[in-house]
Amino acid sequence: MPLSSESSFEPKKNSLSALWQTLFGHPVRAFGVVSLLLLILLAIAPAKNHFSEWRHYQKQYLALIRGRGDAVTLERRFHDHDGIQQIWLPQLGVVDRCTSCHSGLKEASLSDVSTQPFRRHPAIPHTLDQFGCVMCHRGQGPATTVEEAHSSTLAWEQPILPARYVQSSCGQCHRAPLTGTPQLNSGRNLLGRYGCVHCHTIKLPDGSAIKPTDDPPSLEHVADKTTREWVYAWLKDPQAYAVTATMPNFKLSDPDARDISAFLIADSTPLAGDTAPTPKNEKAPDPTAGASLYGESFCASCHAVQNAAGNVVGGDVGPELTRVGNKVKPEWLRAWLHNPRVYDSGTAMPHYRLSDPQLSLLTAFLGNKTDTDLLANVHLDAATPEQIAHGKLLVTEYGCASCHEINGIKKPDNFAPELTRIGSKALTQIIFLPGMTHALPDYIAAKIRQPRSFGSALKMPQFSLAPGQIDALTTALLSLTDRAQDLPRALTVAAKPASNYQPAGRAGQLMSDLACFSCHAINGRGGDMAPDLTWEGSSVQRPWLQAFLKNPGTLRPALIRRMPRFNLSDEDAKELTDYIMTVYQTPEFDRDSMPAGGYPAAQVERGKQLFYSKYACQGCHIVDTKVDKGYIGPTLTQVGSRLNAAWIYHWLKEPQNLRPGTIEPNRNMPDEDARALTAFLMAQRGSGKQEAKK
Amino acid sequence: MTRQWWTLFAAPLILLSTACPHKSVPAASLKPTGFGVTLVESSGGKQIGPTGMVLAQPVVVQVNDEQGTAVTGALVEFSGPPDASFDPPTGLTDSSGQLSTNVALGSMAGRYQLTARTSTKAQKSVELKIEEIALGYQEEVGFQLDSKYCARCHDPESTPERVSNHDNLEVKPHAFTEGDTLNRMTDAELSSIISHGGPALNKSALMPPYGYTLSKTEIEALMAYIRLISDPPYHASGMVYAQK
Repeated sequence: MPLSSESSFEPKKNSLSALWQTLFGHPVRAFGVVSLLLLILLAIAPAKNHFSEWRHYQKQYLALIRGRGDAVTLERRFHDHDGIQQIWLPQLGVVDRCTSCHSGLKEASLSDVSTQPFRRHPAIPHTLDQFGCVMCHRGQGPATTVEEAHSSTLAWEQPILPARYVQSSCGQCHRAPLTGTPQLNSGRNLLGRYGCVHCHTIKLPDGSAIKPTDDPPSLEHVADKTTREWVYAWLKDPQAYAVTATMPNFKLSDPDARDISAFLIADSTPLAGDTAPTPKNEKAPDPTAGASLYGESFCASCHAVQNAAGNVVGGDVGPELTRVGNKVKPEWLRAWLHNPRVYDSGTAMPHYRLSDPQLSLLTAFLGNKTDTDLLANVHLDAATPEQIAHGKLLVTEYGCASCHEINGIKKPDNFAPELTRIGSKALTQIIFLPGMTHALPDYIAAKIRQPRSFGSALKMPQFSLAPGQIDALTTALLSLTDRAQDLPRALTVAAKPASNYQPAGRAGQLMSDLACFSCHAINGRGGDMAPDLTWEGSSVQRPWLQAFLKNPGTLRPALIRRMPRFNLSDEDAKELTDYIMTVYQTPEFDRDSMPAGGYPAAQVERGKQLFYSKYACQGCHIVDTKVDKGYIGPTLTQVGSRLNAAWIYHWLKEPQNLRPGTIEPNRNMPDEDARALTAFLMAQRGSGKQEAKK
Repeated sequence: MTRQWWTLFAAPLILLSTACPHKSVPAASLKPTGFGVTLVESSGGKQIGPTGMVLAQPVVVQVNDEQGTAVTGALVEFSGPPDASFDPPTGLTDSSGQLSTNVALGSMAGRYQLTARTSTKAQKSVELKIEEIALGYQEEVGFQLDSKYCARCHDPESTPERVSNHDNLEVKPHAFTEGDTLNRMTDAELSSIISHGGPALNKSALMPPYGYTLSKTEIEALMAYIRLISDPPYHASGMVYAQK
């Protein structure tokens, strides 16, 4: 570039004026030149159009389909509307031109084509014309170049959603879990299960908020339960105590953990009845008897234990018990096992009515589940008032009270940013880490994976999540978009409203005491580990139910999770039976509409034939323990004294009508077949205690 | 004058170029310290996972020498179709001669052939093919239905959590991977046996009908899943198009 004094411009100036003379010196010449320039300018737009990317792809598509068996049909369909394609859905705010290049999306016969952008769209329940593309895939619908449509560019900031998070888009409209979106369903559960929503509010379009499901313990009486040493070790590394712990690691320094443990123990108040002394002059409990009591009580249905191979075996309703002996004080444990509701009135743990010797057995058995290394290096001096005061400050700063109840500290409101619209967070509002892809999913995933990598002063703790869980959580968070919030209600599929059903009276109190809802669902509330009891009163016979509540037998031999024995008194068992038989009845039929017995022998015999030949029920059920082996459904050896005839009949006719989602297939059975099978099944009254023992 | 004009023009250009997202820097090339002659799959092959997602188990391969002893420090590279990704894509084998990588399959349903590659001391390339299956939406629905309704009898594998009923049945159901048998059934036959039960094809009544329990779309999803996981692979009969 010429940068020196003006004199060096002189020769250039001369040649420039010569050029000017040549081009515009004569009016005719000038007219010609200007016209030519104008022509060129006018040609820019058509030329740009002609050489545009989408034309190039449309030509490629035509070359691809030429020579195929159904080329004529494909070409005709293509030429019916070539040029730029657009799907316009004003109600959804969709303007998509993706089909301009993705020409084969709707062509079923292109299933063997693997080159993009010509692949057929995989089968999904929605059509392109109804939903467009960006509803599910994000990206910029109106763009007509590859770069602008798929990537985040300066003009537009919505890149294509990577396939691994695509289920998040289903969640914008579908609030209820879908069969085809396991990752979204799991992510939504994790938001509650890992307690994310204790600190981060997530409001749903209907105005409700996602509720936590992790039930963190109250720390108001924590000193009754455990020692300061354990609290310290737990705070330092929760997963060292229990690999399945959902409590995150706050990466506390030794002095901080020391001060918080000092505060929590000092702040704890004693609670009457939450400790029970071991009875004096009691003989040493037999450890094998403790193990069998643990097994018989089906503790493993809810609690897991890590075995020698490192595998965690058991349920995840209650805390893992691998090292519980390190944690709880024996006198607290004994009182807890005696009646957990004294210490925690809302616990999911049932109140087993254990005898004194049983309490001693279990307390000793669980007390022996220790790990000598866990507290070996924890040596804490007596806490000073300064340490306790500092501990209190830290507890407030870290928002411990968002999850736990702590004496003298209020649960903070909106402790962390609200995530109601996190799935539409603008990229301009995000500070990315160096080297990170500038996209929202990457940001969310990185934030969950290692929150403190965004700044060591951040308070968000480190959760211990598997890569699949991080993807699931990211998917669930990405579904929380502006669109999800603003869609007209008519276009969304609402979730089943949460039920806060509570049975009334003394039976209701008993059901809370026994924590029936931890495993069984009734009227929409409760767990899914055990059968839904909403219509149990129509299903079973009174004497069977009362006996079962007293001493539950095995109904499904293949299940490892079973109804435990609660050692109910006759009175309580009768109270519950009365309530269930009276209240939990289906409006579909009258349970006394069919007789319990006295069916003609010929009908029973016909039922037997149908059972073994036409319907081959023995594939899943056992009627005769000598020949039948079916393991899937409940054993039917005593079904005639367990179920009501009318229930069996209506169940056979349409099982899903009585228990939605049951896997027993609907056989579209003629009435007479159902009646004969009912007669046969009602004749199965067993001979004493002859349940299958396998 | 000229100078100012140019800087005005250049400034936004420079800003633009710095604002562009930077591609991650490729990992420093690894120097192998050991060489083997064979590459074997330790675990992680034949997995089934949803499209685009990381497979539940990592793929683990092992490098062995002539004696079949594990080789430490051998360089292994993973590759696959363009939209499949590996974390890490390359690495050196550990003290047990193994290298483990997390695999995310691509966005289209189907079979993914992955390749692990190492080289011998003489720079000869040794390859190992590993196959994984990606489920699209429809196949994923089929997989969920299979786990709920079918697997208890059709999957002979028993776990403590879910005891298989396979061995209790007089007529043994076919596992859905049994391509030799299932591939010989047409779509119509497969749909018929699911909807109307075994007797529809003169087979055992132990296979109950699901046509009144599952919807037509659900049965189609189940079939798509069964066809996809079949081993050997299922090729639809009818018109075959030449690829490309």
